[in-house]
Amino acid sequence: MSEHQMHHVISVTVENKPGVLARVASMFARRDFNIHSLTVGPTEDPSRSRMTVVVDGPEMEQIVKQLYKLVHTLKVSEHKPGEAVEREIMLLRVNADPKRRSEILEAANVFEAKAVDVGATTVTFEVVGEPGRLADFHEMMKTYGIASLVKSGRIALAKDSKSMTKKQKRTA
Amino acid sequence: MPNEISGAEILLKSLELEGVDLVFGIPGGAILQAYDSLYDSPIRHVLVRHEQGGGHMASGYAHATGRVGVTIATSGPGATNLVTPLADAYMDSIPVVAITAQVPSTSIGLDAFQETHTWGIAMPVTKHNELVTETSEIAGAVHEAFHLAKTGRPGPVLVDITKDALVGTASFTGSKKIDLPGYKPSVKGHSRQVKAAIDLIMESERPVLYAGGGTIRAEASRELTQFAELLRLPTVTTLMARGVIPDSHDLALGMPGMHGCYTASTAMQKSDLLINIGARFDDRVTGNPEFFAPHARVIHVDVDPAEIGKIRFVDVPIVGDAKAVLTQLIEIATKRLDGHEAPARSAWFDTIRSWQRDFPLTFNQEEDGPIQQQYVIEQLHKATGGDAIVVAGVGQHQMWTSQFWGFERPNTWINSGGLGTMGYAVPASIGAQAGMPNETVICIDGDGCFQMTFQELITAATENIPVKIVVMNNASLGMVRQWQKLFFNERFSATDLSYENPDIVMLAEAMGCVGLRAETPDEVIPTIEKGLAVTDRPVVMEFRCDRDAMVFPMIKAGGSNDFILMGPEDIT
Repeated sequence: MSEHQMHHVISVTVENKPGVLARVASMFARRDFNIHSLTVGPTEDPSRSRMTVVVDGPEMEQIVKQLYKLVHTLKVSEHKPGEAVEREIMLLRVNADPKRRSEILEAANVFEAKAVDVGATTVTFEVVGEPGRLADFHEMMKTYGIASLVKSGRIALAKDSKSMTKKQKRTA
Repeated sequence: MPNEISGAEILLKSLELEGVDLVFGIPGGAILQAYDSLYDSPIRHVLVRHEQGGGHMASGYAHATGRVGVTIATSGPGATNLVTPLADAYMDSIPVVAITAQVPSTSIGLDAFQETHTWGIAMPVTKHNELVTETSEIAGAVHEAFHLAKTGRPGPVLVDITKDALVGTASFTGSKKIDLPGYKPSVKGHSRQVKAAIDLIMESERPVLYAGGGTIRAEASRELTQFAELLRLPTVTTLMARGVIPDSHDLALGMPGMHGCYTASTAMQKSDLLINIGARFDDRVTGNPEFFAPHARVIHVDVDPAEIGKIRFVDVPIVGDAKAVLTQLIEIATKRLDGHEAPARSAWFDTIRSWQRDFPLTFNQEEDGPIQQQYVIEQLHKATGGDAIVVAGVGQHQMWTSQFWGFERPNTWINSGGLGTMGYAVPASIGAQAGMPNETVICIDGDGCFQMTFQELITAATENIPVKIVVMNNASLGMVRQWQKLFFNERFSATDLSYENPDIVMLAEAMGCVGLRAETPDEVIPTIEKGLAVTDRPVVMEFRCDRDAMVFPMIKAGGSNDFILMGPEDIT
């Protein structure tokens, strides 16, 4: 089982006000809740922002309640596995001397990883997708030696209540 | 623009609109404009000697009056000095609004003179806080601050206003619009849950009503007492709830917990149902929660949903205001009883009465021994007929006052419960006395606490706030010393203070108060009589007390409430 499945994913809709990220982060810190990743950005409504928070640990009920106690929090929803579309971006630079380059590119192809920068001894890939797929690609590339790696936090959006894909299992 | 007034004037008018007639503060650079407007304002300003004092005064005022207390400070050190009182008010859910000034908005982030990131510092110690940089936003921010401070679970709210916003001008409409889409506290409880609660109570054999500070904040004393009587529920009152049901009431078992009455702690421990109204399973009540009330099912009523299930599993959670939910509980219970008596539960009451008989609170004042603090408290109660607002600091004197002062009505016991802030009592009692000028306000303090904030005696004297301050001088940090005696082989590391230095009587006189001293038991009553007779000035009564006396009962921190130490002989 890949690591992401042990986490809880929550969406937090907040008023788009200065400092709101600091308020959420400070609450997590002082309540000793562990954040795995946190992303924040604009939404369809300019007066609101949405955060996607991936958290560890069993204290989900407290986390949700404490988030609601923040005055600028409008809505908190936890996403059950398979009930949200979840995405991450990863940029991964792998060691690729010319002899192994085609082998690496071929492997990357399977994951729809896009080569976005090619250097003398490295190739940098961009992978967009479900967190599990990123983890698998990461795992595979370890064979070649990873020079550097950066990942976005996760973003998630609950599936439409009439979604045709709602109950499908996560791929990868 | 015509009809525009300065941000400072808007601030003062906004406070007036909230019904504020008294504020506690001290000026400084960034807030000068506001103080200039205050000069013409009908609002009374009490000039404090330290911002911490102003914050605790606002808290004491709010405790005593049930209204929102207001404190004002300048930027930088003025604001940082408010951190302790804000944290204190946050832990005890006291409605306080703090107004601080900030450096001009153009200087923020540039390390300007007396700049500090005030709202960032306030974040973990306030219910909410706002930085206001526009004059036109001052009125709305102040109104929202009062709304937040007093509704839902009350608490401190800080409004930080930049100097340029105070100096700038805007129109003032007096509008009371609230724009807080994410803030909707529940008031009434879910009716199905209320019915489920009554079901559990009717079938329980050993119920205990566990009243917390929320019942005081919700002004639910009458409803709580009525509910206890209706269903014949033995009732414990936490440190924050003393007086919500009269201590003389047949159903009142007193305070539970670390230094609580044997009966109160043990009744909870042996109960099969805890009915928690506005308490939070604080560690000072529960001891180690793993061993706490192991056979009890739990009904938990709290206005803050996050308190429910935080420490203890709850069978029937009810989110709502204590007064509103108690009213619902009374209504449903009355219907259920349908004219019949509540279950007698005579076996349970027999057990409780036997504990009360066998394990009462006691002390022994020897005629020629050192003064015992309990004796002073008892004599003060006698001399006032108990008709006073009592304010305590933190430590042994606080526990003894809670134990031995019989509280008969709510809002007559003011202390720092959650944060345990030494130095709280002197300023908090001044705030209480300022808010309740017709009541006798007695501050019962320790010598350690007293030395943290006694500069506010000057405030009390110059502002004609004739509070009565009792200093239980045991020349030590008594509670810490007690722990050292019990658990650290009597290694009294850094707990020795002095009986003589400072000379508390001279110090009181130097600050414009009357100073009195009792050194022996026979001097206690005359000193109290003399002190209570002073009504035109604050008075400080020093009692030189036994430094080896210890507070019992006692439950070891982190221990089980099954093991209550009744005296030093129980220490193994």
